[in-house]
Formats: sequence, C-alpha cells, structure tokens
Amino acid sequence: MNLTLKVWRQKNANNPGHFETYQARDVIEDMSFLEMLDVVNEDLIAQGQEPIAFDSDCREGICGTCSLVINGIPHGGHKGTTVCQLHMRRFHDGQTITVEPWRARAFPILRDLVCDRTAFDKIIQAGGFVSVNTGGTPDANALPVPKTDADLAMDAAACIGCGACVATCKNASAMLFVAAKVSQLALLPQGKPERERRALNMVRAMDEAGFGACTVTGACEAVCPKEVSLSFIARLNREFGRALLKGEPKKSSGGAG
Amino acid sequence: MNLWTQVWRSSLGKKYVMAVSGFVLLLFVVGHLAGNLQIFLPPHYLNHYAAFLQSNLEVIWPVRLVLLALLVLHIVAAVQLEVENKAARPTSYAQKEPGAASFASRSMLLSGLMIGAFVVYHLLHYTAVVQAVNFTGVDFAKLVDPATGHRDVYAMTVYGFSKLPVSAFYLLAMGLLCLHLSHGTQSMFQSLGWKNSYYSPLIAKAAWVLAVVLFLGYSSIPVGVLLGHGQDYLKQIESKVAVTQFPAGKEIK
Ligand code: HEM
Ligand code: FES
Repeated sequence: MNLTLKVWRQKNANNPGHFETYQARDVIEDMSFLEMLDVVNEDLIAQGQEPIAFDSDCREGICGTCSLVINGIPHGGHKGTTVCQLHMRRFHDGQTITVEPWRARAFPILRDLVCDRTAFDKIIQAGGFVSVNTGGTPDANALPVPKTDADLAMDAAACIGCGACVATCKNASAMLFVAAKVSQLALLPQGKPERERRALNMVRAMDEAGFGACTVTGACEAVCPKEVSLSFIARLNREFGRALLKGEPKKSSGGAG
Repeated sequence: MNLWTQVWRSSLGKKYVMAVSGFVLLLFVVGHLAGNLQIFLPPHYLNHYAAFLQSNLEVIWPVRLVLLALLVLHIVAAVQLEVENKAARPTSYAQKEPGAASFASRSMLLSGLMIGAFVVYHLLHYTAVVQAVNFTGVDFAKLVDPATGHRDVYAMTVYGFSKLPVSAFYLLAMGLLCLHLSHGTQSMFQSLGWKNSYYSPLIAKAAWVLAVVLFLGYSSIPVGVLLGHGQDYLKQIESKVAVTQFPAGKEIK
C-alpha cells in the first residue's frame, strides 16, 4: 500500500520545527510502523537527505523507548500496543498519517521525533532506594505477600516509562507514571520502610519538572500500552496524603544518648 | 514547611483543596435544593423556613463566609492549576484526539467559571435583592410576609422566575452545574484517593445520578413558576396590597 506521511522535522531543541510530507510507497502490511519509517529513511538516505530521527530500542514493546504520536494518538491508538508493535495492516491504502513527537515542556524535543525524557529519570532518582534483605534466599513464607497485592503490584510494575500518558494528557501530567512507580513499591513489604519519603519526593520531583496536574480525564489509561489503570492515580493521591499527614519524623538519637 | 504550605505548593495538594472545597459546596447545593423545594408546599412553609434563617444571623453569616472562602479557594486553585497545565504543553499538537477524556472533564474550568458568574447574579437577584437585575419592576425588598415580618420569599421567587429570560439563564446555569458535577464528584473521590477499581464504576454512576437529580430538582422551580405555579398567591397578595393602598370605595386603575 501507498501512504502519505506528514512528519514533524526539527533540527534541534532550539529550532522551531515544521511538517514535511513524504510518500511511503509499497508498504507491506506486516511491517511495524517503525519498519515502515526505516524504509522511508533508506529512501531519504539514498536521495542524500537527512533521515527522520525517531527513538526505538527493543522493538518488542517492553522498553518504552519508541514514542510517536500518530494521527493525534500516542502509539497510534491500538489498545495495549506500543508503536513498535503497531502494524501497517491497521492503516489503509492512500491514507495520510500525521506523525509527531511527544509534546510537553518537561520533554524537550531534541530532534525530529526524539524527545528528552530525562525528567522521568529524575523522578525515579528522587524515589530513592528500596531496602531489600541480602544474604541467603529467604524462606518461601518468611515474607508473606497476598496474591492480590502481588498481582496489583505487577500491574503497576508493567509501566515501561514511555511517557505516552504525558503525551496524551491535555495537561501533560505525569501522574499515571508516578502513580505506577509509587504504587508498585507501596504495595510490597520490601518498599514499606521508605514508603512515605518516596511518595513525597517523587511528587516533588514531578512538580519541579514542569508536568501539569491531573484532572482525571482518563486519557492516559486509554493510551497506556501497558494499560496501567487510573485507579493507581487514586492510590498515589492516597499515598501522598498519608505521607503528608504522617509528617517528617522527628530526629532522635536512636538510643545513643 | 508546614502542612498547609506543602499542600498548597504541590499539584496533588491543590487538588485536595479543590476536592474538599468542592465537596462542601456540593453539600450546600444539596441542602439548598432541599430548602428551595418547599416552594411546592403551601407558601407559609417556604416563608417560615426563610424567616428561620433570617432570624439566626449569627449562624447564617459564619456559614456564608465559610462557603464564600471555600468558593474562592476552589476558584483560585482551579485557575492556578489551569495556568500550570497550559504551561506544561507550550506547543500543541497539529492533530489531537481527546481520547477517552469526556466533554465534561475537558470543560471544567469553563463550566466552573460560568457557575461563578451565575452565583454573582443569583446573589444580586435574591440575596441582595437589587431591583435592577430582576427585570420585573417589583422591588423584592418591599415584599414582606405579614405572618413572619420577614421577606416574602415565596412571592419573590414566583415574581423572579415569571420572567422568561431570567428563568432561561437559571436553567442554563443549572445545566452547567450538572455538567460540572457529573465529572467533579468523580474527580473528588479520585483526588482524595477514596477510590479503587471496585468502587469507581459505582462512583461514576452515582455522580451522574446526583448531577441529574440536582439539575431536575433545581430546574423544576423556574419551570414550575413558568407553568403557573404560585400565580394565585401573587394575585392574593396583590389584591391585599391594592386594598391597603386604595381604601374601599376608590377605583383601582
Ligand atoms: C466559579 C466557580 C467554579 C469554578 C471555576 C470551578 C472549577 C473547577 C475545576 C477547574 C475543577 C477541576 C476539575 C478536574 O479535576 O477535572 C473543579 C472540580 C470540582 N468542582 Fe468546581 N468550580 C466551581 C464551582 C463549583 C461549585 C459551585 C461546586 C459544587 C457545587 C463545585 C464542585 C466541584 C467538585 C466536587 C470538584 C471535584 C474536585 C476535584 O477536583 O477533585 N465547583 N472545579
Ligand atoms: S521500542 Fe521498545 S517498546 Fe517500542
């Protein structure tokens, strides 16, 4: 099939950027969206033009690197799918497809379709460490975790940190991402000792990075390739409130007199 | 940092403030409707209720001030968050799908600000009784119920809503309130973290039911008046006024 692509081109972070139109000819239905772009890039290189820069790594939907807004929907709008797993059979011959990068103040565009998601790393760093016992393997039942909690923690842990939630949110809010990370550890005994500190610090880092606030539109959970649920945001609100109410612990000498 | 600063400075905290203030305002809106629906009982019910409120100023004023303060907090937080939210995406998409975001959720600030404008009008109309905004030519401040010695709220309401444009404006405002609360009530539970995957479908449904019930309840008053409710009472008091103004034997022009 043949497609018309309207692709965002931007030299670097300081350039304004614009759309360029390209023709993608003889696209095979079984190609992924990224493979289609690879073919377009081969053509561009052959013509001596600058290829379209876009991010990808695993190309199997687990790393969260790919990040394209296709026709106004991050990852292209096929439920539970990253754009590297989106196949061209989802499109039809003659279609015009608009391809844009994630757009958020906290994710500055570096080039074309590539944005800088360092803000997410900063939030993760702000979360700090998790106390985990080392030494011999613990007895199977020494640290009981209810099955429902383990499953819920895994649902949260499924977040691959791609940033589609930020990209789609009308407020460019990172709440779903932060909610997934905070919830995952708040649900497990391993994360308990640092529970309050982690919630406070991650929320602070999120606010400092310049993301917007949540207005509960639910757009994020709809595009999340890992289908992380909006109810984790309620949990984050609860964790943060709980941490605020507990307050900073008073410094004590720890029995050292 | 003290608790209040921490709450107000964080995006989540500001949403707590919006949720708590929104919740208290919602309680008021429910209570206010219950009081107002007494218009469908014989006139002395509403007038006695009004006289009861008017004669307990030491209760009414603190309540008014708290509600006003909460409304101000709610609006200030809403506007500040909106400014931050807009700043969080300096360049917009060439093509954007709203996705799962509902119309109500996308128009919260607009519906809210229009409710705010309505509240100002409503207070001028029936609380401050500014004659210029009621468009009936009747001075509501002069409507006194002889039985209570306080304002004849029943007559005032019937006069007020007899004007079609005024009633239409009230209906529009109640429609917007319905829209605002259909999303706001759900959002409130979410912002306070009082929600999980078991309760959220229930909360979503209850929010809509509550919003629609409030809309129907409030709308019934102007609609009822436009359909003729209370006109006989107006005739009755108008004839009494006429009798006192024009002693027997004189012609009424
Ligand atoms: C000028 C008046 C108002 C403005 C500007 C306003 C604005 C807003 C905005 C922007 C939100 C956030 C929406 C979101 O989270 O998606 C909100 C939430 C809410 N509003 Fe209002 N509103 C106003 C009046 C009211 C009134 C009169 C009520 C109650 C009867 C109310 C009840 C609520 C509730 C319950 C929420 C949910 C709280 C939350 O965000 O978690 N609002 N309002
Ligand atoms: S490239 Fe790894 S998830 Fe798409």
